[in-house]
Amino acid sequence: MNRDQINKFFSRIPTHVIVIVTMIIWIVPTLGLLITSLRPVQAINTTGWWTAFSTPPGAAAYQQYCSTCHGTDGKKLPNADLTNPAVVSQVGRSTQLLAVLQKPIDDQPHTGNTSLPTPQEAATIAVYLRGLAGGATAARFTLSNYVDALVGYRGRSSYASDCSSHTQALDLQCNISDVLNPRGMGRAFINSLLVTIPATILPILFAAFAGYAFAWLDFKGRFLLFAVLVGLQVVPLQMTLVPISRIYAQLGLNGTFLGVWLFHTGFGLPYAIYLMRNFLGSLPSDLFEAAYIDGASHWTVFRSLVIPLAMPAIASLGIFQFLWVWNDLLVALVFLGGTTPVMTYQISNMVTSLGAGWQLLTAAAFLSMVLPMVVFFSLQRYFVRGMLAGAVKG
Amino acid sequence: MTTQNIPKIMKQGSWVPWLYLLPALIVMSFFIVYPMINTISLSFGNKDGTAPASTTCVEGKPCWGIFEDYRYALTAELNFSSAGALWDSFWKSSFGNNLKWIILMTAGTVGIGLAYAVLADRVKYEALAKAILFMPMAISFVGAGIIWKFVYDYGTKQVQIGLLNSIITSFGGKPVSWLSTPGLNTLMLILVGVWIWTGFCMTILSAALKSVPEDILEAARVDGATEWSTFWKVTVPIIMPTILVVITTMVINVLKLFDIVYVMTGGNFSTNVIANRMYTEMYKNFNVGRGTAIAVVLVLAIIPFIYFNIRRFLEQEAIR
Repeated sequence: MNRDQINKFFSRIPTHVIVIVTMIIWIVPTLGLLITSLRPVQAINTTGWWTAFSTPPGAAAYQQYCSTCHGTDGKKLPNADLTNPAVVSQVGRSTQLLAVLQKPIDDQPHTGNTSLPTPQEAATIAVYLRGLAGGATAARFTLSNYVDALVGYRGRSSYASDCSSHTQALDLQCNISDVLNPRGMGRAFINSLLVTIPATILPILFAAFAGYAFAWLDFKGRFLLFAVLVGLQVVPLQMTLVPISRIYAQLGLNGTFLGVWLFHTGFGLPYAIYLMRNFLGSLPSDLFEAAYIDGASHWTVFRSLVIPLAMPAIASLGIFQFLWVWNDLLVALVFLGGTTPVMTYQISNMVTSLGAGWQLLTAAAFLSMVLPMVVFFSLQRYFVRGMLAGAVKG
Repeated sequence: MTTQNIPKIMKQGSWVPWLYLLPALIVMSFFIVYPMINTISLSFGNKDGTAPASTTCVEGKPCWGIFEDYRYALTAELNFSSAGALWDSFWKSSFGNNLKWIILMTAGTVGIGLAYAVLADRVKYEALAKAILFMPMAISFVGAGIIWKFVYDYGTKQVQIGLLNSIITSFGGKPVSWLSTPGLNTLMLILVGVWIWTGFCMTILSAALKSVPEDILEAARVDGATEWSTFWKVTVPIIMPTILVVITTMVINVLKLFDIVYVMTGGNFSTNVIANRMYTEMYKNFNVGRGTAIAVVLVLAIIPFIYFNIRRFLEQEAIR
């Protein structure tokens, strides 16, 4: 490395620091959610998620004062098995522990050559012992929160333990059918899919038709109509909720999938047509001329030329619309509500009316994020391309 | 489109184009155009749209006649007893909060997005760096609400499981109730919005930055301009149109924002915004007239941006 390179290296350090620190700030909240969702309830409520990988409090003090005789797992002395709750309950508090330690055993000091722990250390050891006896230190991570979230468990312990003691809630059968429990995230996942897939395909299909007409067909008022469409892109959803829900009430469409599909189609269309028309309009006109000279009809051109060529635009739109519908809360809240809850509805319901614990909320939130994340990271290229083509939707 | 010539041979039958347009036009007129008109007419009605709004006026209280619902929408949250009280109540109202959202969130997302786009351009792990900032775009507002509610968690005296309060207490500070302290809580909600949307701004601005011709920048550097002044005097003016587009997009998004507030505070502790207030009027108080009036106010706020959008479209068409 010559001097220039070294200078360059050092002058770039601030850039790296800023970029990396920003990356950390952006990723840490999500990481916290993921780690928390995998921890046992007790651990979530007593320690921060960032301590999940560190040794539990008192472990070091235990190692220092107790492990030589009692063993690292506390089971070495059969007469004084520290994993036995009955034994630990006698030394569960620091004062009790110190009192026991001060009593000689066989005329020898309890701790042998080692000095007695300070009251503070004794307190942490007592906590550690309670953990040993309760099995809390045994499992640092668990999937039970996810099971509980999937089946919609609302009790005080966990689905698995309730089922094994036959004290489960009335709406749980303790078999695979619980995944479809209307209160759970499993059912909500299926509902979300049922809402999202048609609500993604329909607007793209309609937009492909209309985009073709706007780009390659001639009709009166073409320009004016398209300018109106550009304006419609930013009309807020809120503006149309009331009249639509009134009409839906008359038609019996409230709470039906069809109602939500059509609503999302209506609101997805202005942007979808805009993107389609711009994409199709940028294709070379020779292509179309050649097809027509060969005697192809509009329908043939549309089916066998436009659709295959428009695949990149269709992919972009598909991801956009998919994420938009999947992540939507307002439309689901108004038109579906609790009758066919989707994932966003289920989670917001847990927060606002049930005040569910963090173990359920974090697991439920992560469950709702898995599919969009997969779609997003595998098709990021198309997503960015669609966005750059003029994303003014929201 | 004016400049785009459609080959003569392709003009078959004047009704064919309408066949292609029909499905989209029907759905859009039913779901956007008709409801907009209907919403406007409902906003002049009473609670369930059966009588004019003027019938809801109360004797001895201010009344705007047929605009009674608009009086409610615009002034119900304000306190007119004195200028100071008006000022205070405005900044706690949904309009004041929306204004805070617009200014701070737009500044935050565009500012951080631009800075990050410039810096990430210079590191080898650019793709990863951008993907991480962009990732929250895939997360729903509801999911993001949970993520941040956990960060802001206000624990007990002994235990802080929320990251932010735990950092504060580890430095000896007192834990803060981030989401129920008026004034502070809206800022904390805006932070969530910034977290979600910065990736969007960054990606678009980054594409614009990459399209700035290298030789122009090189010329400025050869003339002795520093990186700093090259950026402000050459790069920024070139990408200004894109910056404006991003700003308007953000303002529109912020005006419509609903989910974050609904999930994290429910609009309580003076964090309400226009969209959430509309939802409350409509689906909790079941007052159609007031709810639609708030929706119309929201649209009126967005109209300048509709105009901007169409004008930009016309400019783009002119250079096509």
